[in-house]
Amino acid sequence: MKAYTKHESIAALMNRSNVDTDQIIPKQFLKKVERSGFGVHLFHDWRYNEDTSDNLDFELNKPAFKGSKILVVGDNFGCGSSREHAPWAIEDYGFNTIISTSYADIFYNNCFKNGILPIVATKAQLDALMAEIEANEGVQFTIDLENQDVITPAGNGFKFEIDPFRKENLSKGLDDIGLTLKHEEKISQYEDKHKTLYPWLWA
Amino acid sequence: MKKTMYEKIWDSHFVHEESGQAPLLYVDRHLMHEVTSPQAFEGLRNSNRKVRNVHSILATMDHCVPTKNRDLPIADPIAKKQIETMAENCEENGLNLYDMKSPDNGVIHIVVPEHGFVHPGMVVVCGDSHTATHGAFGALAFGIGTSEVEHVMATQTLPQKKSKTMIIRVDGELSDACTAKDIALAIIGKTGTAGGTGYVFEFAGDAVKSLSMEGRMTLCNMAIEAGARAGMVAPDEKTYEFLKGKEFAPSEEYWEQAVAHWGSMASDEGAEFDAELVLDAAEISPQVTWGTSPEQVVAVNDVVPSPESFESEIQQQACEGALNYMGLTAGTKMTDIKIDYVFVGSCTNGRIEDFRAAANVAKGTQVAEGVTAIAVPGSYHVKEQAEEEGLDKIFTEAGWEWREPGCSMCLAMNGDELKDKERCASTSNRNFEGRQGKGGRTHLVSPAMAAAAAAAGHFVDISK
Repeated sequence: MKAYTKHESIAALMNRSNVDTDQIIPKQFLKKVERSGFGVHLFHDWRYNEDTSDNLDFELNKPAFKGSKILVVGDNFGCGSSREHAPWAIEDYGFNTIISTSYADIFYNNCFKNGILPIVATKAQLDALMAEIEANEGVQFTIDLENQDVITPAGNGFKFEIDPFRKENLSKGLDDIGLTLKHEEKISQYEDKHKTLYPWLWA
Repeated sequence: MKKTMYEKIWDSHFVHEESGQAPLLYVDRHLMHEVTSPQAFEGLRNSNRKVRNVHSILATMDHCVPTKNRDLPIADPIAKKQIETMAENCEENGLNLYDMKSPDNGVIHIVVPEHGFVHPGMVVVCGDSHTATHGAFGALAFGIGTSEVEHVMATQTLPQKKSKTMIIRVDGELSDACTAKDIALAIIGKTGTAGGTGYVFEFAGDAVKSLSMEGRMTLCNMAIEAGARAGMVAPDEKTYEFLKGKEFAPSEEYWEQAVAHWGSMASDEGAEFDAELVLDAAEISPQVTWGTSPEQVVAVNDVVPSPESFESEIQQQACEGALNYMGLTAGTKMTDIKIDYVFVGSCTNGRIEDFRAAANVAKGTQVAEGVTAIAVPGSYHVKEQAEEEGLDKIFTEAGWEWREPGCSMCLAMNGDELKDKERCASTSNRNFEGRQGKGGRTHLVSPAMAAAAAAAGHFVDISK
């Protein structure tokens, strides 16, 4: 996993709520057995016309948002299916930051496993960011994970909250499994206890 | 201190907490299907790690499998590769797999209970959001991403943040026309699809206790549609009766000991929850969704709502967008909405009880002109049982198709799908845009409601 570092990037606006993972990556693209290459299918049904040309009405197809790393979206982003193909597609497309008021639980967890920072803003903070993008499409925001800061040219930035463990892993690009396996002995001890308490599960 | 069932399961599965890190929770059961596992196995291989406890895993193939012409090779080469990869991964790691040819094959959340693989008090995970189903047994069961699938395979644990708890009490008695599906939809109509975010639900009350195990599975299955991490029901005699004698249930030798443990896992009388929601079962009518989110739901005797009827601007916009996508006009009676397709099946409503309920309504009717109706059993065992009871004949005589088991049109990955603008009465769990096929319009209902719609060609108030 790539380490997450401070960056300044175009912020793309998608003013939609309850965007579900079926929209982020429709099911016809879930059959691959690899992790890579999902970016071209991100938001497929909204993004492309019937004849596979770009749907120019779709927000992310605006030239001003090209090369954006920051996705600013409405409430409850990533609801529905647990498919990690959703963050894989988002990351592969080029986003490493999402800003919304709320995320579906599984999606939120999945982001951190893929180097994506999902920032939780208040309604007022999000509204201000959205207004700033609308007034100045192509505007660049700075995301500083170390200091937990969103910085914008018009001064609509704010400090965000993040779990310290997740922050550490994200900023260093650490593998969770490796960290857990440091506690292998504790897991074995637990399993010994488990075997005594619930012998029918080990019979 | 008085504890909730969730807290008891949490405490009994706590392995370790390193300062500044999320606590590690032990995982008893790990369920798998072909869509969300291949990249996890690849990760394991790339890092030279092994599956820690092969006996904790049960795998099936369900999302991509065809529901007809099962003897022919899968036509879609990418789906075929995914199925083959699943078989290779299970073989390589010595995992228990119910492959496409197995008599035990079916939808993961249907086959797991059939074999008694999940017990009360367990922590259960699967790379699938509808893992919540198994909360019906008084287990903490939740969906995880593929990276977490890999994590659980390698370590048998997951770093977890503790959830908040919400008790949802459904008091009173449900009318004959209503089922667990209607309770689930009515709850989501109240909470919204994000109302449960950060919570684990415990369903309680007389109407929940009265549900069969199948009904409890339907109810817990839909907890995720309210945004909850999991849903659960306290174990009782029905739970034990259901598990007794099943392949992975405790043997005679350990049965008493296991039941004593299970009984101790229920929430203590007077335990405190972070939130509470109370519904009166008698006030629940058969439900139908009208929009593109499960929270966009009304009683069948109601009308399609107008954007102005919602308070927030976001809900108004969502309503407008949904009406547009669904091709509906505000004020239309739900019973005047004509349908093209009917799907009975899925991990929500693909159990024997669901086919009995649908067949009971379908019996002696004919599928309305222009309507296609398919019944897709959740597993080969459900199929067998239904055929033994003659339900397949009832369906085929009424003009339905009786299919082989699989996820089928719940998410339309296997080729069973709606065409643009086709409208479906579906017993599945999600009415998202494009879920059942690009441009397809999904209305979520119970099996009896679906069967009534199949015969009439439009929704019917079955309580009348």
